[in-house]
Amino acid sequence: MKIALFIPCYIDQFYPNVGIATLQLLEKLGCDVSFPLQQTCCGQPMANSGFASLSKGCDLNFIKNFSGFNYIVAPSGSCVLHVKEHLHSDKHPVEAFLLRNTIYELTEFLTDILKVENINASFPYKVGWHNSCHGQRGLNLSSMTERMLPEFSKPEQLLKMVKGIELRKPKRNDECCGFGGTFCVSEEAVSVKMGKDRIKEHEDNDVDYITGGDTSCLMHLEGILRRKGSKVKTIHIAEILNSVL
Amino acid sequence: MAVKHAELAEKFIADEPRTNWHDETLWFVREKRDKAAHGLPEWEQLREWGSQIKNNTLSNLSNYLKEFEEKATANGIKVHWASDAQEHNEIIHKIIQKHGIQKIVKSKSMLTEECHLNEFLQHKGIEVVDTDLGERIVQFRKEPPSHIVLPAIHLKKEDVSATFHEHLQTEKGNNDPQYLTEAARQHLRNKFVESQLAITGVNFAIAETGGFVVCTNEGNADMGAHTAPVHIACMGFEKLIPKAAHLSVFLRLLARSATGQPITTYSSHFNKPRSNQEMHLVIVDNGRSKQLGREDFRNSLKCIRCAACFNTCPVYRRSGGHSYHTAVAGPIGSILNPNLDMKANADLPFASTLCGSCTNVCPVKINIHEQLWKWRQVIVAEGYVATSKKISMLGMRFVFSNPKIYRLIGKTGRGIMHLFPFMINNKLNVWFKQREMPEAPKDSFRDWYLKNRKN
Amino acid sequence: MSARENILKAIAMNQPKLAELPVIDIGSTIHYEDSYAQFRTVLESIGGKVELISDLTVLKDQLISDRLNGKFVVNTIETLGEVDQKAAFLSAFELEKVEKGYVQGTVGVAENGAVWIYESQMINRLVPFICQHLILVIEKKNIVDNLHQAYEKIDVSKEGFGVFIAGPSKTADIEQSLVIGAHGARSATIYVIE
Repeated sequence: MKIALFIPCYIDQFYPNVGIATLQLLEKLGCDVSFPLQQTCCGQPMANSGFASLSKGCDLNFIKNFSGFNYIVAPSGSCVLHVKEHLHSDKHPVEAFLLRNTIYELTEFLTDILKVENINASFPYKVGWHNSCHGQRGLNLSSMTERMLPEFSKPEQLLKMVKGIELRKPKRNDECCGFGGTFCVSEEAVSVKMGKDRIKEHEDNDVDYITGGDTSCLMHLEGILRRKGSKVKTIHIAEILNSVL
Repeated sequence: MAVKHAELAEKFIADEPRTNWHDETLWFVREKRDKAAHGLPEWEQLREWGSQIKNNTLSNLSNYLKEFEEKATANGIKVHWASDAQEHNEIIHKIIQKHGIQKIVKSKSMLTEECHLNEFLQHKGIEVVDTDLGERIVQFRKEPPSHIVLPAIHLKKEDVSATFHEHLQTEKGNNDPQYLTEAARQHLRNKFVESQLAITGVNFAIAETGGFVVCTNEGNADMGAHTAPVHIACMGFEKLIPKAAHLSVFLRLLARSATGQPITTYSSHFNKPRSNQEMHLVIVDNGRSKQLGREDFRNSLKCIRCAACFNTCPVYRRSGGHSYHTAVAGPIGSILNPNLDMKANADLPFASTLCGSCTNVCPVKINIHEQLWKWRQVIVAEGYVATSKKISMLGMRFVFSNPKIYRLIGKTGRGIMHLFPFMINNKLNVWFKQREMPEAPKDSFRDWYLKNRKN
Repeated sequence: MSARENILKAIAMNQPKLAELPVIDIGSTIHYEDSYAQFRTVLESIGGKVELISDLTVLKDQLISDRLNGKFVVNTIETLGEVDQKAAFLSAFELEKVEKGYVQGTVGVAENGAVWIYESQMINRLVPFICQHLILVIEKKNIVDNLHQAYEKIDVSKEGFGVFIAGPSKTADIEQSLVIGAHGARSATIYVIE
């Protein structure tokens, strides 16, 4: 099966290591991965700001780059959710439909499609897990504390396969970090306060790293951590799953 | 220019210890809701039933309303219709004038807040005493309620003590909630006993019977309604449900969602006035029929005003109800209010990270976070967004539709961050206020890919 | 056109396509092994008291004793003693002084500790709210598991008024501190006859 790697714009520009880890991990698991070279962005920043009407060019570019593969995989729950819910094209409705139904976030691709049972990774650190909202509630990557349904978590299922890792859950297991796209600057005070509160719970757990499936959340938390000189670092789950002895 | 949520929230958060207290208090209410929901294995099924009953109600509303009016009228209730807030207030005023009423008590009704009834009557020299304890507290303080179920949640007991000392002559500095509540009990008991008119809200109106239900923990709605010679109940027309048996679904959902109790202390079912009492019911539109016609937003009319969405919203908990500058704040307010006044409330759908928690706790399955997103599109299409934002979005569109430009901008931006950090790391950069910028790598992922993978 | 006509017209025009009502399967709702025990547990957790009695003797005696002691009580229960019919005509000023109200209930609901009372069981609608202390009497066999079953047993539109009362009045409006005794009764004791 042919997989296209979708690397969200801010990962491409600021956190290439997350993209590298994702690619290496998928290759290690036996995948034939291509990286369409003309990809840009999924269009979420515009759409979430009310400008979905401006995303036609972006959508068209996405369709051009990602058609013709069995799956598209991305290390980002929010970008994948956006494509699933909002990728449309009057010119290429069939292609858009196919893309919406074959795009996967990394962890769900590993658990649901590749059905990974073990991962040859080692990460002997205390790690706090952050549930990114769009992946969790939008893609159903894990159960949610609001719903009275059986508990499960695809990302944690994978993390538990990593040798030496000590997972520590924050008190409020699925509260939003406060990034929220342009919200992070348009409602800066609330955004940062939400981030500080998340961090406090992880610091109370004395973790070495905070990890999650969305670099947007991690970038926001990292910004706050570094400003306060904290020793806690952030790392994307792809980097943990890809780390070797 | 009216102050917007972001500025009001910033002021609220400036007092960080108080923000933490407000956040923790409301989170505690959310936890109580979770506990109550866990206690019913059929919780998710109940939500589905509640949702479907409300869907049916909205799809057959005109018939249900006619049925309701017919039955209520036959039972001796005088039914009035008000197109908007002004008409609602005038109807009530007319009844007051007809009877020469001076002493009025009012139990909780968010509709009367929405219509600014108290202010309207005050301008005509008529005093209304709000009898819900939280409402009375904010009334003394000349503030609006900050939460539709817990009106004084933003106040500490010291604040209440000071207010009661001023207005009820309670002991200065006595913050004991028991003591303060007792003082309110005595004070309001007199008001009940001498009341000539009781105004109440309506939690549910039943088409099948023409009756309506009012839920309280304090008993204040009943203390007024069973005393006063005139009782006026006010409701938005969407409060209707088809059958009495459906009350079991909604009463099981309401208090658990609102405060984590299995039921409120009193669930009063009114069908007929007392002998020698006049009972009126005012059915209000005030923009609801317009919302009903909005395909993307009509589900917001299913709301049973439990405020579970408020309690779970991380933004509401850290900004407080007053930051939403409307009668109904929180997530549900943000999808109801733009319909009432899009310009004044254009900021509200953006006061959210779209985390989706609200949708998950809603007892009637309103897709709140999806409607927030959709309202953003409408608000932008109507032009209620800053020009600077529009320009930057047009810029984004250009960049993201042109791969070469995207790469150029990315490389240039990273270059600037690397070589001239002061250009980015300064006061003009809102991100930079309280966060470090991400590091700017020399190579993008694509650069690395070309060097390491592409043959 | 009147407001009524305008509103109904707008609604008829804007309402969506008919959506069917769901089928409520009461059999799938919560059932308690011991509904009395659940009723008692819930009531005690919300500040109420429950007393299991084999017959009304102890209550009859209490009522007599209250009256002898000059307490202003209102009794609405025929089987308990003289019914205070005059309560129907008392003003709120007078009823405000009522110390205790003895009121007959119809059903009890295990899931939430609520008791349904018809207007005819109150004599005056104010009685169960204005008294300082409320005494409710129900039969154990009339305790149902949940509200769905309760609504099947009662007819809420039969009389001009009816109410579910679950425990004493309360509020948590002052910094979320629970205070029992807001505007309604300060205490509620439910006597369950076996």
